[in-house]
Amino acid sequence: MRLVVDLNRCQGYAQCAFLAPDVFAMHGEEALLYRPEADEAQRGRLAQAAAACPVQAIVVDAVDAPAEAASGER
Amino acid sequence: MNGDGALDRLRREGRIVVVGASLAGLRAAETLREKGFTGSLTMIGDEPHEPYDRPPLSKQVLLGAATADGTALPRRRALDATWRLGVRATGLDMAARRVRLADGDEVPYDRLLIATGVRARPWPREEEAGLDGVFVLRTLDDAAALGRRLAEGPRRVFVIGAGFTGSEIASACRERGLAVTVAERGAAPLVGALGGVVGAVAAELQREHGVDLRCGVMVTALEGDASGRVRAAHLSDGSTVETDVVVVSLGATRNTEWLAGSGLGAGPRGIACDAGCRAFDIRGIVTDDIYVAGDVARSPHPLFGYQFLSLEHWGNAVCQAEIAAHNMLSESADRLPHMWVPAFWSAQFGVNIKSVGVPSMGTEILVSQGSLMDRRFVGVYGYQGRVIGAVAFDHARWLPFYQELIETTAPFPPAFPMVGRSPGGQRPVDADFPDPSVPTHGPTVTLSGYSPADRRMTFTPAH
Ligand SMILES: Cc1cc2nc3c(=O)[nH]c(=O)nc-3n(C[C@H](O)[C@H](O)[C@H](O)COP(=O)(O)OP(=O)(O)OC[C@H]3O[C@@H](n4cnc5c(N)ncnc54)[C@H](O)[C@@H]3O)c2cc1C
Ligand code: SF4
Repeated sequence: MRLVVDLNRCQGYAQCAFLAPDVFAMHGEEALLYRPEADEAQRGRLAQAAAACPVQAIVVDAVDAPAEAASGER
Repeated sequence: MNGDGALDRLRREGRIVVVGASLAGLRAAETLREKGFTGSLTMIGDEPHEPYDRPPLSKQVLLGAATADGTALPRRRALDATWRLGVRATGLDMAARRVRLADGDEVPYDRLLIATGVRARPWPREEEAGLDGVFVLRTLDDAAALGRRLAEGPRRVFVIGAGFTGSEIASACRERGLAVTVAERGAAPLVGALGGVVGAVAAELQREHGVDLRCGVMVTALEGDASGRVRAAHLSDGSTVETDVVVVSLGATRNTEWLAGSGLGAGPRGIACDAGCRAFDIRGIVTDDIYVAGDVARSPHPLFGYQFLSLEHWGNAVCQAEIAAHNMLSESADRLPHMWVPAFWSAQFGVNIKSVGVPSMGTEILVSQGSLMDRRFVGVYGYQGRVIGAVAFDHARWLPFYQELIETTAPFPPAFPMVGRSPGGQRPVDADFPDPSVPTHGPTVTLSGYSPADRRMTFTPAH
């Protein structure tokens, strides 16, 4: 599963780091560090974290991995 | 809907082509589908990879906390697009509405979105740039290669240019315990983006974390050994630094060469477009069918005197792409302007740095909260008596407040008593930006237009 955090929006509330510590961690006092690719096993926690983010800064795949993106494909 | 139903037809069965399959391209494509576009969608990208996110490349990836090929962007919806990846667009025929590709193909369009972004400016001397161990950092492949080299534990990493990317690279290296030297032509790191007052704080931060920071110097040459591996960098102050890895971090060049001769208003400063993302042709006439978004665009912003701004900011790419996609499918009266207030983040040496507005337009700075000494503060930038930008070091939660001041063109210095303001930060001081004609590492905001009040214009013929 892929994710991205809009760090302009993120206010460092650390809700996500609390709910899915394998994916999100605070880095220093305020900065958020996250793994852009999470294991399938994290899906539930990731969904919880995304839902709990007060500013909705976490974007997670809404569709399954796009088989459609292939190089050179016409 | 207009009389002849052309727009309706476009939405139903039109052909939209996106050149530049990265952040802006992907978000625009998703927005097109979201707005009900059911025609054919073609995504053209010269990189072989599907769209991926770049900010982690100089952060998570260099730290080893994520792999370079693990930064693919999440999909907000299915796209049902035709992907032409690993093939460069080489030309545009505006009259025939066709994009030419490097493999000889031509792709016809009814609406075109150009989102070709920028590329890293390489070390200017080709021979030296080609030495083994010399890197730039813009793409996934760059990050993978550099990450591999860092994992081998080089004795020293030498970073040329202390802008945001260069500083983040230095930070990641220090966190990995690697010795780092940073050479910056300006007086301090980040000076082009944030000025000398804040730059001095960034310099302290680097030195405190063990970076061997050299400011006010230029790199004069890179030297290789007999096997073609870089071994030293020579500086303008006569010193030499022995190093196994050099990262050239000198800013970016806009990917517009492929449009040369097309008649589109595209050049080294980007592609000029109106506030609705419609590209201008070289005669200054706005096109109806060609749109621009992301790092490659330069567009006028009413909040900043209608100057043309080029922004190398993630949030700008997302927002501009969404606006462009909306406008492509809209009647003129329904089009939206791109009025995003510039915003940027960076994380380095354990500090969260964020800015809003355009600090580099400011002439004065007032530390309105916290203190420079603690490295926790908000600095507000003033320009001609109004608030034009703000930067926060580990004080990001205040920025929305300052954004509102910028949006409402509030007076500078701000008239209210400020919370948590420390003594010594009471008065605005010169923000200490370098003379713009003296290059530093390359800014992430470029003022590339003319305000109505600014009559200094020079005509530079191409040849
Ligand atoms: C290391 C790094 C760290 C960053 N960190 C931050 C940060 O912390 N905060 C922030 O706000 N921003 C950051 N940015 C900036 C942010 O990543 C960019 O603003 C964003 O990627 C812009 O997206 P874009 O789609 O406009 O352009 P790009 O991401 O540059 O994508 C353009 C794409 O078009 C392709 N292309 C170019 N020419 C052609 C052609 N002729 N034919 C086909 N394809 C072509 C390119 O190869 C590229 O894939 C960072 C950038 C880098 C490189
Ligand atoms: S929950 Fe949201 S705002 Fe809080 S740290 Fe995570 S992403 Fe940032």
